[in-house]
Amino acid sequence: MATVALKFYSTSIGKKVVMAITGLTLAGFLLVHALGNLQLLWGPARLNAYAAKLQSMGPLVWAFRLTLLAAVALHAFSAVLLWLQNRASRPVRYQVQQYRETSYAARTMIWGGPIIALFVIYHLLHFTTGHAHGTFVKGDVYANVTVGFRVWWIAILYIVANMMVAFHLYHGMWSWLQTLGANHPKYNHWRQIFAAAFAGVVGGINIFLPLVVLLGIRK
Amino acid sequence: MNFTLKVWRQKNPNNAGRFRTYAATDISSDTSFLEMLDIVNEQLIERGDDPIAFDHDCREGICGTCGCVINGFAHGHQEGTTLCQLHMRSFDDGQVIWIEPWRARAFPLITDLMVDRSSFDTIIQAGGFISIRTGSPPDGNAIPIPKDESDAAFEAAACIGCGACVASCPNASAMLFVSAKITQLGLVPQGQPERWDRVKSMVAAMEEAGFGACTNHGECEAACPKEIPMDLIARLNRDLVCSMVKK
Amino acid sequence: MELDPKIPAGPIDQKWERYKFQLKLVNPANKRKFNILVVGSGLAGGSTAATLAELGYGVDCFCYQDSPRRAHSIAAQGGINASKNYQNDGDSDYRLFYDTIKGGDYRSREANVYRLAELSGNIIDQCVAQGVPFAREYGGLLANRSFGGAQVSRTFYARGQTGQQLLLGAYSALSRQIGLGNVKMHTRTEMLDLVVVDGRARGIVVRDMVTGEVRSWAGDAVILATGGYSNVFYLSTNAKGCNVTAAYRAHKRGAAFANPCYTQIHPTCIPVTGEHQSKLTLMSESLRNDGRIWVPRDADDERRPGAIPEEERDYYLERRYPAFGNLVPRDVASRAAKLVCDESRGVGDTGLGVYLDFKTAIGRLGEDAIREKYGNLFHMYEKITAENPYQSPMRIYPALHYTMGGLWVDYNLEATIGGLFVLGEANFSDHGANRLGASALMQGLADGYFIAPATVGDYLAREGANTITTESQGFKSTETEVNEKIKRLLNIKGERTPESFHRELGKIVWQHCGMGRNEAGLKQALEELPKLRDEFWKNLKVLPARNDQVNQTLEKAGRVADLLEFAEVMVADALNRTESCGGHFREESQTEEGEAMRDDENFAYVAAWEHAGVGEPPVLHKEQLAFEEVSLTQRSYK
Repeated sequence: MATVALKFYSTSIGKKVVMAITGLTLAGFLLVHALGNLQLLWGPARLNAYAAKLQSMGPLVWAFRLTLLAAVALHAFSAVLLWLQNRASRPVRYQVQQYRETSYAARTMIWGGPIIALFVIYHLLHFTTGHAHGTFVKGDVYANVTVGFRVWWIAILYIVANMMVAFHLYHGMWSWLQTLGANHPKYNHWRQIFAAAFAGVVGGINIFLPLVVLLGIRK
Repeated sequence: MNFTLKVWRQKNPNNAGRFRTYAATDISSDTSFLEMLDIVNEQLIERGDDPIAFDHDCREGICGTCGCVINGFAHGHQEGTTLCQLHMRSFDDGQVIWIEPWRARAFPLITDLMVDRSSFDTIIQAGGFISIRTGSPPDGNAIPIPKDESDAAFEAAACIGCGACVASCPNASAMLFVSAKITQLGLVPQGQPERWDRVKSMVAAMEEAGFGACTNHGECEAACPKEIPMDLIARLNRDLVCSMVKK
Repeated sequence: MELDPKIPAGPIDQKWERYKFQLKLVNPANKRKFNILVVGSGLAGGSTAATLAELGYGVDCFCYQDSPRRAHSIAAQGGINASKNYQNDGDSDYRLFYDTIKGGDYRSREANVYRLAELSGNIIDQCVAQGVPFAREYGGLLANRSFGGAQVSRTFYARGQTGQQLLLGAYSALSRQIGLGNVKMHTRTEMLDLVVVDGRARGIVVRDMVTGEVRSWAGDAVILATGGYSNVFYLSTNAKGCNVTAAYRAHKRGAAFANPCYTQIHPTCIPVTGEHQSKLTLMSESLRNDGRIWVPRDADDERRPGAIPEEERDYYLERRYPAFGNLVPRDVASRAAKLVCDESRGVGDTGLGVYLDFKTAIGRLGEDAIREKYGNLFHMYEKITAENPYQSPMRIYPALHYTMGGLWVDYNLEATIGGLFVLGEANFSDHGANRLGASALMQGLADGYFIAPATVGDYLAREGANTITTESQGFKSTETEVNEKIKRLLNIKGERTPESFHRELGKIVWQHCGMGRNEAGLKQALEELPKLRDEFWKNLKVLPARNDQVNQTLEKAGRVADLLEFAEVMVADALNRTESCGGHFREESQTEEGEAMRDDENFAYVAAWEHAGVGEPPVLHKEQLAFEEVSLTQRSYK
């Protein structure tokens, strides 16, 4: 079994399948995370209660965190291997190269990855551990967020980073279908629509929230 | 019509190559791209210069021998066209035209615009066939195949093996080529007995040859002169995943 | 030179079966000790290399292309005939045999043709099992269509790409054997000579087209499947690389060349646009099912087609051949087009073209129905000419397409040199003076899958292994000659490119030995050709002037050198055959209505030419054709 898995992983398709599955896991988390954050609109009581409830799940939180961490690691590791393979596959580049089909999102996947990773680290230090937050109060998520986003450049940073996340999600959310072999000529355009919708919802919420705070709609 | 050509010239893989500039003058708009190169070559020989080496044969878009990257597009800017079917009327008078060979590690350069695509043959040799021997088949009509499946197999079988998919792919991936053969043989009943072994060995040969991975850009299907869709790649992915479970 | 066709005795439908039993077999354990050289990897070469390897022989296969999948068989569009009688319309082996003999204007061997018909069904089975995606009906069974020269529907097809699909089938079988190590494939390798010692083919001399290296290969048998010589006309529907070198070299080494004047001209090609033209593109004959062919009634009418009123148009095929109309056979349609162009009624800038008009059909069936049927052909036409054939009529003109002549072979497909087998278009055997549509693919595969594997085995069993090695004198001297010739070509250092000589050669033979031939013209060609050959050897310019790298000019020069010599054999044959038959039309031999007239009394033979030295007239040997099954009649399509 192990050898079969390794053999499978040794092919580029195997690595892509791993990326698809881990990517899907992370995307699922992002959706839930974004929907949860939306409770900011209902005020401090509701958001802080939600955060407290999540914290109270004890070991489950850690299991969840470890799963995500493993997914990120596998996703990134596979991406790097594929990137190295792809770089090596064209040692001499074209003088002139034009694209017809590919999207900005597809071409920036490989750079989007590390940038998002850096952002996530900052985000964790900022809102989860508080190390990058001047007035961090453990447990008061609402205050932490609103205070954080009131600094205009932090809000802009979040907005820009989440645009990248949205692009990454757009290409990723139809790619995993293609990679796992889910295709049918009749329904294929729905893959793109689904991907755009997913990226739009997650990215939209994540951009909407800092904006709401920055514009003073929520204080 | 007049054109300025910027052509990649390289004597052999060990020499450094460079672009050289040639003028193509008084070209009739009915001239095909390769005929335009013929004319330039005739003039080069007359002038005492070495002609530009390029691969070509049938010149009607079916043998798959020709192919260069023209101004950044594999086989030129016209869709569903091989280089030999591209005509000069589709360019602007006075245009600068960059002509480069297919670039990929798995297609090592031979000279000028010629590359070695034998890695494609190696992939087919690894499993792109149905293992029957001459003289042993059942009657042709003993194997009924639904028309739509047969038609779909034909669409995939239209691949001419020119390598434009690899040339245009930002990752120099050969997934479209491999998927076309996998799909053709995977759709018909004759191909079922070897289906799972075939996908494994063809993918292994593809990886071995040094092609890149598919990252779903879709440039291959845009460049494919036979307009083979990248849906087939999804099928290849699926078959490979299934093959791991089946055996 | 003795021409023994080795036709087996017995009733025609049992000849092959009985003969196969008489053939000697090689013990399975001994097969791997033999090594067979196959030159060419198209339908005939690819299929035979694969099949011989499956049987256990060692095979080396050579092709000039970068992959065996690129051989020019790939360009065949229409289909492949087989007497399956799936349509229940009265087809049989005998009927396919009869149609082929008649279509060939009674200039082919009955026994060979019957065998071809007999094997046709097996080919379809074989290809289906390989996964070739033939067209199918809704019930899942194989579909058929009709083709010229037959009244039954027996053509199997894969849209307009039948040749491609069949070749990819043979290529897959070949690839499998290469993968198993049973066939060693040598791509980008061109055969430049045949090594003959003691009357037996011992091997070949080849040039590596990447490094320029010239080297020899010894084999126990040599199989040539190197295609036809249409490119002697410069402009043809053949691929640019197609050439006569392998066959002609064998001819120079003693193989008789049969019926070189039998060339087929296809009526529906896209016309020439100018001097730059490097090749012609064929459009499937099926277009004539719905298109009407016409030219202006009056000479030098330069109006646009739409501006010419109906009564001033001459639908000349419908007028001359009311029964068959636009569907007369290829040779008849081609000559009729030439005739109207000779009368200055041709259309297009060059005046060499006739209209193929779909207006009536579009009016009757609607544009969508026409698109459904011919969409890809219309698309191709528009791509090449930038004209929309739905709106204005297509312009078409005949072009060289296929050559029925080729190296003489007996029933075993063995040439007049022992151990040299010739398959597919390269031999002369089955199509007589004219090939029917959808028969070329059939012949290539019958030769390759079924006939050669049986008869080559018999040869090896009878003659044993070849003991002459590449180190022997015979190989060394041939190798030296090849090297000398290359040196000579490089050292002329004249002014003209090989391409320009080729173009001029094409003009001479097209003019005098094309659609219509006559004594004066052929004699003139025989004067012009040696002059051009002389100039070639004095004024050729090859660059780069070296043979240690890719040198496409040198490749071309070598091929043109052989085409120049070969053209003389073709013209000599055309001059000798004063009758008209099939693709060979002697203007002196026609009926009052201008139709081809055969002369069965004097010309019911195969003309096999023996090489007598460059510049010397070749020596004619005759193989009399015996017709036991069919009676000879004049073709009529009125």
